[in-house]
Amino acid sequence: MAGTLVFLEHHEGAIQKGSLGVLSKAAQLGGDVTGVLIGSGVRGIAESAGAFGATTVFVADDERLAAPLPQTRVDVLAKLVRDEGFDTVLFAQSVLAADVAAGLAARLDAGLNWDLVDLSADSVGKRPALADSVVVDVGWSSDVKLAIFRSGTFDANETGGTTEVKDTAVELEDFSTQAQMVEQAHAEQQGPSIEDADVIVAGGRGLGEPEKFALAEELAQALGGAVAATRAVVDAGWYPYSAQVGQTGKTVSPKLYVALGISGAIQHKVGMQGSNVIVAINKDPNAPIFEFSDLGVVGDLHTIVPKLVELVRARKS
Amino acid sequence: MKIAVCVKAVPDAAAGRRIDPSTNRIDRSVELAISDFDTYAVEEALRLKEAAGDGEVVVISMGPEKAMDALRKALAMGADRAVLITDSALEGADLLGTARALAGAIDKESADLVLFGQQSADGGGACLWSAVAERLHRPVISQVSELTNEGSSVLGKRQTEFGYDTIRAPLPAVIAVSDAINTPRYPSLKGIMGAKKKPQDTLSAADVGGAGAVGTTVIALSPPPARAEARKVEDDGNAAEQIVEFLAEKRLI
Repeated sequence: MAGTLVFLEHHEGAIQKGSLGVLSKAAQLGGDVTGVLIGSGVRGIAESAGAFGATTVFVADDERLAAPLPQTRVDVLAKLVRDEGFDTVLFAQSVLAADVAAGLAARLDAGLNWDLVDLSADSVGKRPALADSVVVDVGWSSDVKLAIFRSGTFDANETGGTTEVKDTAVELEDFSTQAQMVEQAHAEQQGPSIEDADVIVAGGRGLGEPEKFALAEELAQALGGAVAATRAVVDAGWYPYSAQVGQTGKTVSPKLYVALGISGAIQHKVGMQGSNVIVAINKDPNAPIFEFSDLGVVGDLHTIVPKLVELVRARKS
Repeated sequence: MKIAVCVKAVPDAAAGRRIDPSTNRIDRSVELAISDFDTYAVEEALRLKEAAGDGEVVVISMGPEKAMDALRKALAMGADRAVLITDSALEGADLLGTARALAGAIDKESADLVLFGQQSADGGGACLWSAVAERLHRPVISQVSELTNEGSSVLGKRQTEFGYDTIRAPLPAVIAVSDAINTPRYPSLKGIMGAKKKPQDTLSAADVGGAGAVGTTVIALSPPPARAEARKVEDDGNAAEQIVEFLAEKRLI
């Protein structure tokens, strides 16, 4: 094996947990594992990848790489793969990583498998497909293999170890620098992070109106949990983005996830399917959420939840 | 402004989506429908054209011949033309082949803007646009929930795991829109009647630069790991009690 390269995504001075999880997985498969860190002012955090299994970390540190946009990262990765002869490049799912991986696939004519939940040492990936109704074993027929892993698939295992940090040259294509960041997001955190909560009560469009989030809040309080929301209600301005669970929000795996008025679209499902126990209340008996809920209740949440709050409170006191 | 919208004809949800074990590919012998996510891209293209006062909206797809029936929904919504890349040489194309073919067709159109939906309803890679942008050497913005036409550039509001970014890309550009961007219109009766008469062209693999390489393989299919049995109950007035009982049984309260 000519070596595995792991794309290390970072935000505000820290490597993302998901990337470190993929790094841990790659290290566990054996062989030398290399990380790559692309950005501006990121050299300082490169060494931290050593503890998670990277023997080498390449750093592309350049002002032109400050904005987390995909095409400049494709340029850096393509050159690195060609120069160093990596045969595998692994990504943890994110909006940025998916765009980088697909751009790199087209640049290198390299096969890309996505949404993997496992990878074997002999390069067979596992992908649950069609709303997880079937598991597909996938492989590669190209010289360079690219893979994106589903969010939260692997834990970041800190096993100790040091890493050698090397610089890599930055040569950008003209078309790669055309998209320009005008204003970059900064994750604002309000209250405790839903990623650490044992119990989550999540609300969707089925709540009916923004004021009804009070129902989710009351139930969360009674159960000692945090409140989350779907993308639809966040985009509609009903609840802050920091509480969004799903493909473009947080990935959570609490002990209990209570879904109120959430249909269970794939965009939401990928962010919460790792929850231990899922309870859903929805008035639509055909809502997809019932397919992956441990307890699904077909009914009106506006009458059920107030009663539920009362009963939980009574039980706890 | 000329806008190309890339859409996919997927097995209709009602007809069921499965992988055919004899080919290891998604069974497309059933009725096909335009992927829901793509209707948001069609709607956005129509709105941009309407706001600009003139222009053309072309829907481009790759698939079996009968996919043209599904593209007619986009024509019924108001798109001006449909182009379907269809060729047995392209069956089984993965991301690489699909990106190559779409880029080839888009190139012929010299569109100012190329729009995608946020993912397909069956394959779900949610990244094809980036491979197409790479082939076309054009800037790309994905997960766009607000798009502003600035004349020679577009401004996209992108949602990521960290919140909303604002990104500017000069035209021609490739943009993938999210389903938060608009509410797609329903085709009017007049639109449906008129759709059949709108230009519907097909292209072969040779027309779009050949089939090219396939980078991925399907080795085996297996049933998913069983999830503990799901219980589904209708609320008969005691749902709250049933939930509390269930939570107690699971030692969650």
